[in-house]
Amino acid sequence: MTILQQPQATESHNEDVALSLQNVTISYGNFEAVKNVYCEIPRGKVTAFIGPSGCGKSTVLRSLNRMNDLIESCSLRGSILFGGVDLYGPRIDPVEVRRRIGMVFQQPNPFPKSIYDNIAFGARINGYAGDMDELVERSLRQAAVWDECKDKLNESGCSLSGGQQQRLCIARTIAIQPEVILMDEPCSALDPISTLKIEETMHELKKSFTIVIVTHNMQQAVRVSDMTAFYNAEAVEGGTGKVGYLVEFNDTDKIFNAPQQQATQDYVSGRFG
Amino acid sequence: MTSSGSGHTLCKHALGCMSDLDSRYLLRSRPPAEKLVDNSFRNLAIAMASVVAIVLFSILVVVFQGGLDSMARYGWQFLVTSDWNPVDDQYGAGAAIYGTLITSLLALLIAVPLGVGTAIFITENIIPKGIRDVIGLMVELLAAIPSVVLGLWAIFVMEPFIRPGLELLYQLFNWFPLFSTPPMGPGTIPAVLILVVMILPIITAISRDCLNQVPPQLREAAYGVGTTRWGAIINVILPAAISGIIGGVMLALGRAMGETMAVTMIIGNSNNFSVSLLAPGNTIAAMLANQFGEADGSQVSSLMYAAFVLIVLTLCVNIFAQWIVKRLSLKY
Amino acid sequence: MTQTLTHNQAGSVPDLSYKPFQRRNISSGALSFLAALFAVIAVLPLILVLGYVLIQGGSKISLALLTQLPPPPGLEEGGIANAIVGTLVVSAIAALIAVPVGVGGGIFLAEYSRSGWFAQFIRFGTNVLAGVPSIIAGVFIYGTIVTSRILFGNAYSAVAGGAALAVLMIPTVIKTTDEGLKLVPDDLRRGALGVGASRFITIVRITLPAALTPIATGVVLGIARAAGETAPLIFTALFSPFWSDLLTPEGIFAPIATLSVMIYNFAIMPYEFHNELAWAASFVLVVMILALNLFSRWLARIAAK
Repeated sequence: MTILQQPQATESHNEDVALSLQNVTISYGNFEAVKNVYCEIPRGKVTAFIGPSGCGKSTVLRSLNRMNDLIESCSLRGSILFGGVDLYGPRIDPVEVRRRIGMVFQQPNPFPKSIYDNIAFGARINGYAGDMDELVERSLRQAAVWDECKDKLNESGCSLSGGQQQRLCIARTIAIQPEVILMDEPCSALDPISTLKIEETMHELKKSFTIVIVTHNMQQAVRVSDMTAFYNAEAVEGGTGKVGYLVEFNDTDKIFNAPQQQATQDYVSGRFG
Repeated sequence: MTSSGSGHTLCKHALGCMSDLDSRYLLRSRPPAEKLVDNSFRNLAIAMASVVAIVLFSILVVVFQGGLDSMARYGWQFLVTSDWNPVDDQYGAGAAIYGTLITSLLALLIAVPLGVGTAIFITENIIPKGIRDVIGLMVELLAAIPSVVLGLWAIFVMEPFIRPGLELLYQLFNWFPLFSTPPMGPGTIPAVLILVVMILPIITAISRDCLNQVPPQLREAAYGVGTTRWGAIINVILPAAISGIIGGVMLALGRAMGETMAVTMIIGNSNNFSVSLLAPGNTIAAMLANQFGEADGSQVSSLMYAAFVLIVLTLCVNIFAQWIVKRLSLKY
Repeated sequence: MTQTLTHNQAGSVPDLSYKPFQRRNISSGALSFLAALFAVIAVLPLILVLGYVLIQGGSKISLALLTQLPPPPGLEEGGIANAIVGTLVVSAIAALIAVPVGVGGGIFLAEYSRSGWFAQFIRFGTNVLAGVPSIIAGVFIYGTIVTSRILFGNAYSAVAGGAALAVLMIPTVIKTTDEGLKLVPDDLRRGALGVGASRFITIVRITLPAALTPIATGVVLGIARAAGETAPLIFTALFSPFWSDLLTPEGIFAPIATLSVMIYNFAIMPYEFHNELAWAASFVLVVMILALNLFSRWLARIAAK
């Protein structure tokens, strides 16, 4: 790519913004799941998406690296700018998007391969040319799972406990050195001790990555995030389901201590949700 | 919408803040070769899937075209006349079509109670699970025995064994049209019996799967109001599984109509129409197996016409089976 | 209500004992007996057929039988060796055609389009093709490959026979591939795509290996079914009393002997020795097919773990 082809999109591009959602509406078939989201996710910080079930926060998260492409009926209007480039532009390759924006899922999903190969798989398909042993070790250390794994790198990734599996999945994502890591309720399937370890890991990770995390747990959002987006859902006239929308997006401090909106106030103080 | 037609890669320059490691990921931007492989693989998969459609379509076209001459010559008469005479070049498949229908329906009549009964027996806890599993396995292995081996067995073992019984049947009931000719060895009844053996495993296996899928809560509910085992089976479990069982029965019917080797070897291959089940008969499939190799000219065309009739018959039965399963399985 | 109360007040214990001659218990017992009888009748043919094949066929097995060519009618010395080789060759050709097509089609259905109209249509077509009588597969190949002599001018050939068997195998392989891949959790696919793998890499490196045993089970079952088929072969592969020259390409473009066609041909011959060869061929064929079936069951059991 030559500089000449650099997008004119830089018009609205800001170095401190990793991802910019511009009037994003996501639908499943005819049903709108989440509507008119504007949001600028800052670079090098942890952004949390919170909100009641069905408010579309996971849907928005999955749209950030085009995971929603896997759902045949899912469509998106508006644009999501990543470094000034629209991720939903006509010539964008979703595979390349995912190489730059990695994802950790709700259920730990290690590949049925050895621990070593779990890490090496992603690195290899990204054409990693460096020292693989070193990369595996560094990724596992960064994800704080090295001590548990170092003696059994050749055992199956599925032999680990749930919390270890999830940290292995984080290590797998780190190994491809994405710019952004998306985490979809990464601790919801884990016990409190594993959750704590993963939160500690995230504190380390935000030094090198932009992290976006969806969580059901408000304490977790307070503990790990710098910015918080609160989503809510409300019934639409004539519709059968609820439509999600972004209520408020601000510093985590402000969201939890001095929210601007009544709905946010109600939610963070536990009055609903 | 800022749809940057600028390029399919996301440009690093615009992103700033690159990790020092990044330069080592040589394939961060996918090379065209990789995309080509990705796309070709998808297209290959589509092509392979299309083969099914192409083969199915070609079968219809080839057989239809092959039979076109005879269709033009005999029309619907072909289906109801049973004059099959290569010497006079006169053909009618009535006897074979009748034979196909009567053998498969009679086989079904015997095999359905046997198969469903067996399926109930091996899904209920009347006897220990180990024995039930062995019975299930044996019935499934029966399906694996090649049809030609069953035919061999039918010729040399089964038919001589049942002959005295058929003689008796003739002597007692020869006033009744269905048993009005003396048994001569090969015939319709032995063919029906061997068909029973062939379709029994299908009916048993499908019925067993359907019965196993009935939610246990239904049975508990029936027991909870004080029914006996068979009260629950007849009133609750069988009705819940009936759609799948009917689907399985239809599939078995399709199989019976198309079954070739065992029937060819034991039915007698007579082109003369006879109502008697003790007389030799014919089916479309048996006729094809017997004559196709040596046929030429209008005989091939007539055989193709008969084959087309067989395809249409089995197609209808199979599509109906699929429809019924889809339709009824929505209910529970 | 009041009746029950007085009952209890009178202190009588309810009679809950099993009464074997009560009407409902008699009918229930009779139905259980009937079901057991049906089950016995259902397994009887397997025992009888297997018994006869093992005794009649097994007793004739000898080294000479397994290594010699079948004799001309009337002579009483020879074996079934060329048919054993032929069955292996024709089944292998069928597998070579059907496995790529079936696995490819299954991948399309399970990985690329689960609910699109084309996928629905192909799924329907697969079910219909599975119900097409085996003799029709023979008629189809006869009409396309044999009469047109499209294979380098050859009419009846091992390849034509293999193609006919492939038509019967394809639906089995597609279905098992489709179902095997559907059992692979979506989490794994998402995991692979999440680290930037393309569809191709995801399928080849992650989902196919995870579904390998169910797919292999289906392929083995398909081969077992094809190896026993006769009807599609009698006017495609035909028969040959000689060895097939498998070292040169002519071998597979020439008519070839198979066990199943040999059984058919020899069973209806009026020579006792040929009838015996038919039993021996049945023995070999049944042993091969049962071994494949039990092997596929063993694979399935591994997959279940």
